[in-house]
Amino acid sequence: MALALDTLRLTAEEAIDLVEQKEVSPAELHAAYRDAIAARDDELHTYLRSVEIAEGASIPIALKDVISTKGIETTAGSKILSGYVPVFDATVAARCKAAGLTLLGKTNTDEFAMGSSTENSAWGPSRNPWDPSRVPGGSGGGTAAAVSAGLAPWGLGSDTGGSIKQPSALCGNVGLRPTYGTVSRYGVVAFASSLDQIGPVAKTVRDVALLYSIIAGRDPQDSTTVELPERVRLPDSERLDGLRVGVPRQIASLGAIEPGVRTAFERALELASELGAEIGECDLPTSYRYGMPCYYLIAPAEASSNLARYDGVRYGPRTEAATYDEMVERTRDEGFGAEPKRRIMLGTYALSAGYYDAYYGQAQRVRTLLIREHREALSKFDVIATPTSPTVAFPIGDKAADPLAMYACDLLTIPSCLAGLPGLSIPCGLSDDLPVGLQLLGPQFGENALFRAGHALEKAIGFDTVPLRWRERSDPWGQTPGGEGSDPTGLTPEDTP
Amino acid sequence: MAISRDEVLHVARLARLALTDDELERLTDELDKILEAVGIVAELDLADVPPTSHPLDLVNVWDEDEPRDSLPLDDVFANAPARDGDLFRVPPTA
Repeated sequence: MALALDTLRLTAEEAIDLVEQKEVSPAELHAAYRDAIAARDDELHTYLRSVEIAEGASIPIALKDVISTKGIETTAGSKILSGYVPVFDATVAARCKAAGLTLLGKTNTDEFAMGSSTENSAWGPSRNPWDPSRVPGGSGGGTAAAVSAGLAPWGLGSDTGGSIKQPSALCGNVGLRPTYGTVSRYGVVAFASSLDQIGPVAKTVRDVALLYSIIAGRDPQDSTTVELPERVRLPDSERLDGLRVGVPRQIASLGAIEPGVRTAFERALELASELGAEIGECDLPTSYRYGMPCYYLIAPAEASSNLARYDGVRYGPRTEAATYDEMVERTRDEGFGAEPKRRIMLGTYALSAGYYDAYYGQAQRVRTLLIREHREALSKFDVIATPTSPTVAFPIGDKAADPLAMYACDLLTIPSCLAGLPGLSIPCGLSDDLPVGLQLLGPQFGENALFRAGHALEKAIGFDTVPLRWRERSDPWGQTPGGEGSDPTGLTPEDTP
Repeated sequence: MAISRDEVLHVARLARLALTDDELERLTDELDKILEAVGIVAELDLADVPPTSHPLDLVNVWDEDEPRDSLPLDDVFANAPARDGDLFRVPPTA
């Protein structure tokens, strides 16, 4: 009897266990995910390219296409990097390799990680596994959708203003944006360097914690990294006794938050209270009015500088012209899509003579206020809780023509990114049959507190990460109460999908 | 208007983007709206607030000055659009 693997349900921890018990080989596991990709990725387009052969001794992983992989094309979702084949691995890719993880492929992203839907990818959008007419969020929609669709047990994303947490919320899985400085960016395509962070996406909080422990820590190649002050602890407690949870009072009056999102969020707070947490009100007055404007000055300013390197000289396609200047300007105009151009222009303007103080300088001061008010809130609370995204997944095309509407998707994730703080998104329910994310924010290096809170809540919420439309198929023997207790190995004679 | 067409053209030159006329029109309109939205940071009186350029309090990271091998030249040129010996080839600068 062949061992059929239900990749829709299998967690990374369970997969590692199967490999360690020698019930399945790394190559068989890799092949099972490749079969799932073959079956479902034509519809979802989560991968830009996949890797045929398993090279590691452990389980597979998907990497967002901003992460350099030696010998494997890395485009950051942009035409200006089409055909670019890195000659070295990013540190995070190297650490995954060293841990024995086998690369499944490179996942789709908004161009240069700029966007909230993957619609800005030069290679076309990814689709949400829960409803393929909707976006998976962005920019890391490829990784998040792949994990939810059982096309990878886990993966890495990058997060500048919400690109890990928001797609995880919209696809119904767990995503961590780590504390700024805890994960190396060496070999990762840069967007906004004072904000960019790499982080894990998986089906469970424990998987996310495990992957975080693999990638985190100082890297001599990235001078902004630091050693973790305490080791990563895999959470196991299902209680939250004594945990102080702060809810920003401003959340109540934010009209952008959909009623269904609010209901799921409030239910999660009730559960936290039942588990022994103390819920109170905190105050983030600057965050929700000035966070987004601050971000859309600082991030584009840094992007305009980082993206100056794409000049058609050392790598990437070149548009030939008679003079050097003309070649550079035409290469950039043809290579960049609309969103990077918008941000390069916005950032260049914000940094230009005469406007620097009014825009960029002022935004840097607002950033100080955001840091201060988060510090103040976190002096009274262990974690801050908000919805991750104000809305559930929206239809493809809905916001594509309105940059400001797209920027508003990150209203709730942006302020803590500017403050350099870690944030965890876990699924907390459904609204209109689409996942809702709960965002938990902590102090710098407070990942363990987030894992503890996230794990206990995850158990209490009992969210089934398998998209509704696939549940019957992934559970051929009928109802398994609450989605719990099903045998992930599914010892069935034939593969189910 | 927060920004004029001429300003957008000037910024495009600074950013080394050869925008088409259509792009110029569209970006003038979009940047105007975005600048109006982000311009509300001007409401705050922040004269006494220091700017933040980096969210961690890191000061001077030192490493031993140990020579390491550089990338082999064939790797350096592996993705180059045009190579001329050990140089990147580009069109004349004027």
